[in-house]
Amino acid sequence: MSIILNNISKRFGNFAALNNINLEIPEGELVALLGPSGCGKTTLLRIIAGLERPDSGQVLLKGEDKTHKDIRERGIGFVFQHYALFRHMTVFENIAFGLRVKPRKQRPNETEIKKKVHALLELVQLDWLHDRYPDQLSGGQRQRIALARALAVEPEVLLLDEPFGALDASVRKDLRQWLRHLHENLNVTSIFVTHDQEEAMEVASRVVVFNHGNLEQQGSPSEIYDNPVNEFVSRFIGDTNVITLEKHHTDWLQLSGLVIVPEAANSVHIRPHDLEITKSSSDSAATATLKDWQHLGALIRIELAKQGANGSPETLYAEMPNEQFKRLQLSKGDKVECRIRHAHWFDAA
Amino acid sequence: MNTHKLTKVAINDPVWVRYGLIAVSLATIGLFLLLPLVTIFIEAFAKGWQKYATELSDPNALAAIRLTLLVAFICVPLTTVFGVASAWAIARFEFRGKSLLTTLIDLPFSVSPVTAGLIFVLLFGAQGWFGEWLQDHNIKIIFATTGIVLATLFITCPFVARELIPLMQEMGSEEEEAALSLGANGWTMFWRVTLPNIKWGLLYGVVLCNARAMGEFGAVSVVSGHIQGLTNTLPLHVENTYNEYNAVGAFAAASLLTVLAVVTLVLKSFLEWKQQRT
Repeated sequence: MSIILNNISKRFGNFAALNNINLEIPEGELVALLGPSGCGKTTLLRIIAGLERPDSGQVLLKGEDKTHKDIRERGIGFVFQHYALFRHMTVFENIAFGLRVKPRKQRPNETEIKKKVHALLELVQLDWLHDRYPDQLSGGQRQRIALARALAVEPEVLLLDEPFGALDASVRKDLRQWLRHLHENLNVTSIFVTHDQEEAMEVASRVVVFNHGNLEQQGSPSEIYDNPVNEFVSRFIGDTNVITLEKHHTDWLQLSGLVIVPEAANSVHIRPHDLEITKSSSDSAATATLKDWQHLGALIRIELAKQGANGSPETLYAEMPNEQFKRLQLSKGDKVECRIRHAHWFDAA
Repeated sequence: MNTHKLTKVAINDPVWVRYGLIAVSLATIGLFLLLPLVTIFIEAFAKGWQKYATELSDPNALAAIRLTLLVAFICVPLTTVFGVASAWAIARFEFRGKSLLTTLIDLPFSVSPVTAGLIFVLLFGAQGWFGEWLQDHNIKIIFATTGIVLATLFITCPFVARELIPLMQEMGSEEEEAALSLGANGWTMFWRVTLPNIKWGLLYGVVLCNARAMGEFGAVSVVSGHIQGLTNTLPLHVENTYNEYNAVGAFAAASLLTVLAVVTLVLKSFLEWKQQRT
């Protein structure tokens, strides 16, 4: 089911949660709504679900205006941040709930319910837990049961609020992969909310970035990473070195091989992996000092100090593959030359 | 860390402090709670079983028991419905005057029951605001069952609500929203999701409310008029018989109220225990 949002705005008292959001989500996509906490992403998810009403704007599902329709009439499945499993029901009854509350005419009989619930439990690989209660499950198990419960009513859209937020790091990694594969198999339009950019980039086929109730940018993960449209997106997605265009900086940037576009912007962002370093042959050519480095698995993160305004040192970060760093044979305090491979220019501070 | 320190200090208190404190509390409970309780039964059975039974099967006593049960039978369901509705409103919705409503629910707790009774006399009594109109239409509220029910309702209305509000606030509405998202309508959501989650708290409130509805004296005393066999509830009957120097009758009726209190206490602890486990 495709989703179209037209000019959605929502205020809570004096707080503008969402400002004129326009968004189109084609059928079958796996979309991440990404942003820092309080940016309005959860509110938007709840508006799509019908748990919240927008102050203005329209929600179109499959081309139909459902702005004023109840959550029950929208054909969506919602997975809550804290799973919201019914604590007084077994896992089986939790999943069966959506089938049991159907109007009498559409309600499947007990055998069909049993078959369907067990099929869903097998889908989430937890059939052996069917007679447990929610408080006897681990976080990851609850998450998958919540998902199975939402899928029981065969929703056309699956909405997930911070699906991995309350889980351990290792469980989270597994579940991300699992959700991706599940989406590939079911191919149901899915939207999830997250504040974790890594999670959004890894799982989603399309990422929508929010800040302060505004939609900042949308696109595929690589589009957003490679071409951030503004300073906020650039800072929020991945690591970056931010350098303001003042005199002492522009000199350094030019020395490092960057062509300054005059008047075009007032700051430049350089991703750590776009900053190349080489051992300096002479002190005069050096532009930075090697301060320290950390191992990030296959990559090395290098901490550099460069001369800032009135002589105070400023820290920059560079990243390069482990092997390459070893070949440079650098040690702490060595003078290095920097070369900027690629940079982004931005206007606002 | 803090609690650890506290227990240590408590354990290190000198023996005489520990046993002294325990002795003081036990003595107080014994003297002011247990002794009177025992006295009630001793007095009630002072002249034997036979007399006890006669006093309780006296038509006036039976009428008082019947009226007390009737009042509780009317008030407890009404208070329960009011309690669930207002707790729901306060825990689930944001609206103007919400904090005012929360405060008002507690009003009956802070108003003296006699004052509460007086309010109804001033409103519905012969000289009251609506007195004339009521007389013209031949409706009797004061010195009648209606007045007693009204006064009892006033006194008992916070019991269920106060039990449920914090419970429902703590529970949050996610499970209810989940039920709706799965296609349940409001009724189904309430019966299958909300009610099972609040049932022990609700029962707890109902038990307390029932005890108060049956035991209320002050407010009921003002509006009832003490008409023997007609508008006397059990607590009023106790007072009446006692004033007539019928000690056995008074204590026999009081023993019924005491049994009610003990049953309430047992139920209350059971429900508290149940609530903690879920």
